[in-house]
Amino acid sequence: MSVLKATDIVLAFGGLKAIDNVSFGVEAGEILSIIGPNGAGKTTLFNVVSGVYRADEGRVELGGEDVLGLPPDRLAARGLSRTFQNLQIFQRMTVLENVMVGRHLRERRNLFAELLRLPSVTRQNRVTREAAYAQLEAVGLSAAADKLAGSLDYGACKRLEIARALAAEPKVLLLDEPAAGCNAVETNDIDELIRGVAARGLAVVLVEHDMRLVMKISHRILVLDRGRPLADGTPREVRDNPAVLAAYLGSHGSREAARA
Amino acid sequence: MAEFVQFLMSGLTVGAVYALVALGFTLVYTASDVVNFAQGEFVMLGGMVTVFVAALGVPLPVAALIAVISAIAVGLLLYWLAIAPARGASAVTLIIITIGASILLRGAAQVLFDKQFHKLPSFSGDVPVNLLGAAVQPQSFWVIGGAGLIVFVLYLFMEHTVLGKAVRATAANRLAARLVGINTATVMALAFGGSAAIGAIGGILVTPITLTSYDAGTLLALKGFAAAMLGGMGNPLGAVMGGILLGLLEAFGAGYLSSTYKDAFAFIVILVVLVAMPQGLFGRHTVERV
Amino acid sequence: MAALLDRRVATLVLFAAIIAALPLVFPSGYYYRVAALVFVSGLAAIGLNVLMGQAGQVSLGHAGFFGIGAYAVAIGPSHLNVAPWAAMPLGALLAALLAYVVGRPILRLKGHYLAIATLGFGMLVALVITTEARWTGGPDGMPVAKLVLFGWRASGASTWYWICGAFLLVGAFVALNLAETPTGRAFRALHDSEVAARVAGIDVARVKLQAFVIAAVYASLAGSLLALMNGFINPDQAGFLHSVELVTMVVLGGLGSVAGSIVGAAVLVTLPQLLTVFQDYENVMLGLIIIVSMIFMRDGVVPTVARLVARRGRP
Repeated sequence: MSVLKATDIVLAFGGLKAIDNVSFGVEAGEILSIIGPNGAGKTTLFNVVSGVYRADEGRVELGGEDVLGLPPDRLAARGLSRTFQNLQIFQRMTVLENVMVGRHLRERRNLFAELLRLPSVTRQNRVTREAAYAQLEAVGLSAAADKLAGSLDYGACKRLEIARALAAEPKVLLLDEPAAGCNAVETNDIDELIRGVAARGLAVVLVEHDMRLVMKISHRILVLDRGRPLADGTPREVRDNPAVLAAYLGSHGSREAARA
Repeated sequence: MAEFVQFLMSGLTVGAVYALVALGFTLVYTASDVVNFAQGEFVMLGGMVTVFVAALGVPLPVAALIAVISAIAVGLLLYWLAIAPARGASAVTLIIITIGASILLRGAAQVLFDKQFHKLPSFSGDVPVNLLGAAVQPQSFWVIGGAGLIVFVLYLFMEHTVLGKAVRATAANRLAARLVGINTATVMALAFGGSAAIGAIGGILVTPITLTSYDAGTLLALKGFAAAMLGGMGNPLGAVMGGILLGLLEAFGAGYLSSTYKDAFAFIVILVVLVAMPQGLFGRHTVERV
Repeated sequence: MAALLDRRVATLVLFAAIIAALPLVFPSGYYYRVAALVFVSGLAAIGLNVLMGQAGQVSLGHAGFFGIGAYAVAIGPSHLNVAPWAAMPLGALLAALLAYVVGRPILRLKGHYLAIATLGFGMLVALVITTEARWTGGPDGMPVAKLVLFGWRASGASTWYWICGAFLLVGAFVALNLAETPTGRAFRALHDSEVAARVAGIDVARVKLQAFVIAAVYASLAGSLLALMNGFINPDQAGFLHSVELVTMVVLGGLGSVAGSIVGAAVLVTLPQLLTVFQDYENVMLGLIIIVSMIFMRDGVVPTVARLVARRGRP
């Protein structure tokens, strides 16, 4: 059974259909990549699935349950985590605190105890700190734990967001352009990270432009073009699909590619 | 029936002033994204400066002109000294700056003038006009007519002059306007100056009826803001309609419901509009991009 | 981690030491009174700072809650036969309830919309207080009965100095505690990126409301203290100008800094006292302070000074 399933999603902004009848599903341990030219609606689709936007039509199921219209925090409680294309780290908090916030759902909270800083709060803080530290180690950021998140370089910020998303121990991880702006080495690290995450049993959905990364690690690929699904299959199937080539390279370019 | 017309006329009169304040707000907001809390002070300055300059023996029309010019000067100074240096500040910081400016201007008025109420003579006498049984002050017609004229002139300016188009372009997209060579700083200064002039004229028109004092600005700013919100922030026509609607709401509410809570209507309008329909009656619904 | 604990304790010890030692330098009883006023405003500012500095929201109507606390201890004894010591927590409860009811719809707003909504709310509270003269004495205000606890009458500038100082210390303690807790982190997270906070599972609406209610309680208690101390209260305490002063204290002192809020309160309370010569220029001064601090010291006094000190320390 799919951990995450979206069916016939439609979303329009005014008269423009940003997403036009898109469906996909992803299983535990599977890596699904969503690709397409700019403006294809990939991030918009993420926003719908993660509760930031509300679809006009369609169904989203998480773990078999209907979750369309639920806000992001409720989806997070059901095991959905995501990162953002335009980084949304907590600039004024430390790197460690950023990930600690990711543990929010796993913390036991009592406002009264917090106001008085009772021992239970100190204990909870320690537990959270240790768990967050472990996540930082997994992405190689433990040395920067006490630095302000706003002072990190771009690639490190991307990894920080992933660490934060993983801290919630989700079942589904949505990664929005995790390798954007990263150099070859950083992309390699991200590649291994993602594969490790999927190997642990999470379902991973990826939006990416880096074709090498996508072809290398995806189990399946969904191609969108102007809000519509263009192709859906294994990396090999998608790569050889003439419609996909035409969408990316234009009809002239795909003729060139066919001749190559 | 007579009572109804009475409330209607007083509502339209005060509504016209709110409309002018709201229009001033909108002009500045669309050109610079700043909610200028000192807008009410421009109205106050219009009335107060006219009174005090006229008291020095200057003929009333000249005093009024001086008042408008000083208001424009204050508006420009406000932009250059308080708003422009704060470029890049958050919307809340900018509002607080304009609140600071409003308090500063109020304090300056308190010191330069005094803390009394002041009145200007009505433009065409005080003999009430009989309108369907209601006794209407002739000054009311001046206020409503004057406001209407200003709205019309502003409309002509925005639609049919190059400078007006530059203002609209800046309002639509500041970066794009700069890229096509529009000096956005000048446009924004113009917006501040223009809104000051509009406010000051409104103040001069209405002081014969409502009197004025050094602290008349705050409440006016709030009500003008309520009107602008009601009409849809950023929509000049909406601002005018919002102003008139608020004026009518106040007049009829005070007349038929409770006169002690007359001022509350504006605040209730603010809260209701912001909570129930933030885009106002005529505004457009926007979506935030993530 | 141990360093953090030490910083919180150290800060509190420093405050306590200052409060204990200050009277030693007071030339006259008058200074007790000014200091008590600083403590009261500081308490309200610390609460507002939780809302503005930690949670990143804004309230331009906060004096409304201050007024509720103030009038609660006035109306309770005189109209409802409730003793002042009981009226104070009841006032705080009323403020909390009002904050909850009003906060739920308006905290959905952001930026200048939220600012104006809170402003409208504050003005409504002030308006009701001014108009319902039967209860509140109207625009001229009303007297407040003295606080009597188990037969002991709280009166005298020095007594109130210690009472207000104690409340300030407890208020600072709670606010400092809050910063390093799950809720405190939730506040700071939603301040930096509301959408990311949501995605991490934080119920942003609920958390904002918590901050709003906490801030309201602080303000209400501060208002009650002021009313009991002065023996008199008037609607200006709930008015727009007071709300603006409170926001200025928080911003001037430094958003997010508890010490900053107290410094901001100290500046805004003592400056008019120092410049009594310029009584009429109070508004002009306030306006200038607001404009200048917002343009040039947007981070606030305490963080700016802390940064300068840190920079000096480095070679």
